[in-house]
Amino acid sequence: MNGSTIIFYLLAALILGSGLLSVTTRQIFRAAIYLLFTLIGIAGLFFWMEYEFIAAVQIVVYVGGIVVLIIFSIFLTQQAGELLPRQKPTRQLFAALAAFCGLALTMLQVNQYTFSKTTLEATEPTVANIGRQMLDVNENGFALPFEVVSMLLLAAMIGCIVIALKSKPQTT
Amino acid sequence: MMEPGLYHILFISATLFFIGVFGFFTRRNLITMLMSVELILNSVNLNFIAFNKYVWPNRLDGVFFTIFVIAIAAAEAATAIAIIINLYRSHHSIDVENAEEMKY
Repeated sequence: MNGSTIIFYLLAALILGSGLLSVTTRQIFRAAIYLLFTLIGIAGLFFWMEYEFIAAVQIVVYVGGIVVLIIFSIFLTQQAGELLPRQKPTRQLFAALAAFCGLALTMLQVNQYTFSKTTLEATEPTVANIGRQMLDVNENGFALPFEVVSMLLLAAMIGCIVIALKSKPQTT
Repeated sequence: MMEPGLYHILFISATLFFIGVFGFFTRRNLITMLMSVELILNSVNLNFIAFNKYVWPNRLDGVFFTIFVIAIAAAEAATAIAIIINLYRSHHSIDVENAEEMKY
């Protein structure tokens, strides 16, 4: 039992505990804060696996972007201090049953399969390697998906503005 | 306690995925349902990175898939929140039971 193992189990407990609290708490603002802790725990797990760039992207986009957006939309749409309505126990029971059966099925399948690690030499996931391969137009490059994602982000941005735009009064 | 490896990370990500599924089934508020979807997408990212580290460390494909999933999740969250705010303006509620009609 060394330090790395202890850190892994602490991160796992943080992720699963705050994830479970995030979907069961009845105060919506607390749900957002627990979601924040889950995302930070996942970023910590990326750091633990030594994928520093992905961890940084996770913190910047999820923790700094999406959670802040969710918190602002909670402020805009919820009354302060109001609890979420209690759900029917049968619905909760069947949802828990479905989730548990799915988890059991998935873990049984995963535990039966043996993953064999490739023997080829490892590529370091440094920023230089990632950037060089992402903008590569040759066979192993990801330049085309990169451009497609940029078009998607542009379309999403324009779509958000059009949807959320307050419609003008008709008296003009 | 064993040395953590691929199976441990797969267990975390599968559990997180089904926690998200449970939240998506039980919640009836659009913002909390969006949070559940974020949990599901994050567990998928964890899977991609774990496979990239423990099965194919010679390639970077998992990293690129993760980056694209994060970008698309950001676009999805922004669009969903724009729709939620617009729905709140017209219905004064973001409960899915009250949002039966999508046009007015």
